[in-house]
Amino acid sequence: MGHFLTRTAGQVAVFFAFFAFWEGLVDLLRIKPVILPPPSLIFVAIAKHWSYLLANSWPTLFAVTGGFAVAALLGFVIAVGIAYSRWVSDLTYPFLVAAQVLPKVALAPLFLIWFGFGLTPKVVIAALIAFFPIVINTARGLISVEQELLQYMNSLGATWWEIFFKISLPWALPYIFASFRIAITLAVVGAVVGEFISSDTGLGYVISYANTSLDTDIMFAGIFVLSALGVVLFLLVVLVERMVLSWQSAVEAAPETM
Amino acid sequence: MAAPAIRIEKLSLGYRTGNGPVTAIEEISLEIAPRSFVSIVGPSGCGKTTLLKVLSGVLKPTSGRVTFDDVPIEQTNLSGEIGYVFQRPLLLPWRTAVQNVLLTTEIARKDVPLADRVAEARKWLSLTGLAGFEDRLPHELSGGMQQRVSLSRALALHPSILLMDEPFAALDEITREAMQEQLLQLWSLTESTVVFVTHSIGEAVLLSERVIVMTARPGRVDTVIDVPFPRPRDEALRGSAAFAELVQSIRRKLRHSQPALEGVA
Repeated sequence: MGHFLTRTAGQVAVFFAFFAFWEGLVDLLRIKPVILPPPSLIFVAIAKHWSYLLANSWPTLFAVTGGFAVAALLGFVIAVGIAYSRWVSDLTYPFLVAAQVLPKVALAPLFLIWFGFGLTPKVVIAALIAFFPIVINTARGLISVEQELLQYMNSLGATWWEIFFKISLPWALPYIFASFRIAITLAVVGAVVGEFISSDTGLGYVISYANTSLDTDIMFAGIFVLSALGVVLFLLVVLVERMVLSWQSAVEAAPETM
Repeated sequence: MAAPAIRIEKLSLGYRTGNGPVTAIEEISLEIAPRSFVSIVGPSGCGKTTLLKVLSGVLKPTSGRVTFDDVPIEQTNLSGEIGYVFQRPLLLPWRTAVQNVLLTTEIARKDVPLADRVAEARKWLSLTGLAGFEDRLPHELSGGMQQRVSLSRALALHPSILLMDEPFAALDEITREAMQEQLLQLWSLTESTVVFVTHSIGEAVLLSERVIVMTARPGRVDTVIDVPFPRPRDEALRGSAAFAELVQSIRRKLRHSQPALEGVA
């Protein structure tokens, strides 16, 4: 417990040191606020424009969670196909790799044409970016199940569903949650890119609009709120993971048992 | 079903690899009496595990056949009749010891009420010396304890045939010897036929009625040796001259059946 408190204090101190350094640097070099506002001004801007920032946080939150949900659902289904069918795996793998290599952000302007303004293009971009780590990790998790154990269960007359829900799915859950951690941060990137290009709401819009009008303090306020949103969503995933995989955190905490 | 008479007739199994076809086992013929304890010893790659997998119905032979009480294995309903213990415990890390034991009966004995299956699981955990550890997760147990859970998981099925694939090979010597003696006691409580694969000649002699010595590449039966020592057997037997002599003679046979310079296994 003492160790935990020391660590948390240290982590908070790093943030403080970073902001203090930033504040001092801006002051020392007399950087104009329009180029780089000091953190103090940014926090003032956050307080001043709070309702504007909050109102624009909701659309971003919806886009991120919507994109994440679509990616998780589709990713899971396709991963099951890849894990259980050689045919699906062989056919889709090259396509998945090619699609993974493609910078999906580059497709964003296209989605503006296809889906217009509003929530849809943001969700689509967020889902597209978050999708790949979920597919790859989930499939890897499902494939990593001990084959001998599966053969044993088969020889006992287990059905596909029994094996899937009793063994394969719980076995893959640590992999799935690892991919969720990555995917949720990627979904934030996707949603903001969507808002840069085709939106008149959301934190991404706040940032790009403030940028064009040279309101650098509002721009940074938007970035700070966006970071906070991303951190909260990430911690939420971690929290759910801790609850679902309580046995696993116990494994991690146990010294040298494996 | 009661423990069946197992008959293996001219059993061969081959498979294709990148380097051409490989014969894992070739023309193996064996008879295993009901409720007996048979060990298979042999060098790595002699097809011991392959043979167990054919007996459990996981692998289909290329030729030859296996019958249980004269019924071909394909026509037998094996569900829940065959317990398996692997070299590694292969427990589910999110399930407690008792939940891990329940896994097999959950699948093969759905007709039995849950309360009875739980009582059965607890009984075997207690018989294997794990009373008080029922609600621990696998990572909280030592390697030997995990293997006891794995053994309980197989025994809770009341298997007519218990297949064991080097179950004690990964354990330290003290634990291994304790578990060998424990296995004999547990086996005397069951009706099971045990087919036990091992590298250790001493282990095979201590445990079994018959020791089947196999040769490698392709896997063939070299010799079948009857072990005359009466049961119950215990620690004292391990130190006896007759025991050492029999182990030595089997070791000589194994050496003889191996090429003088063995390649990489």
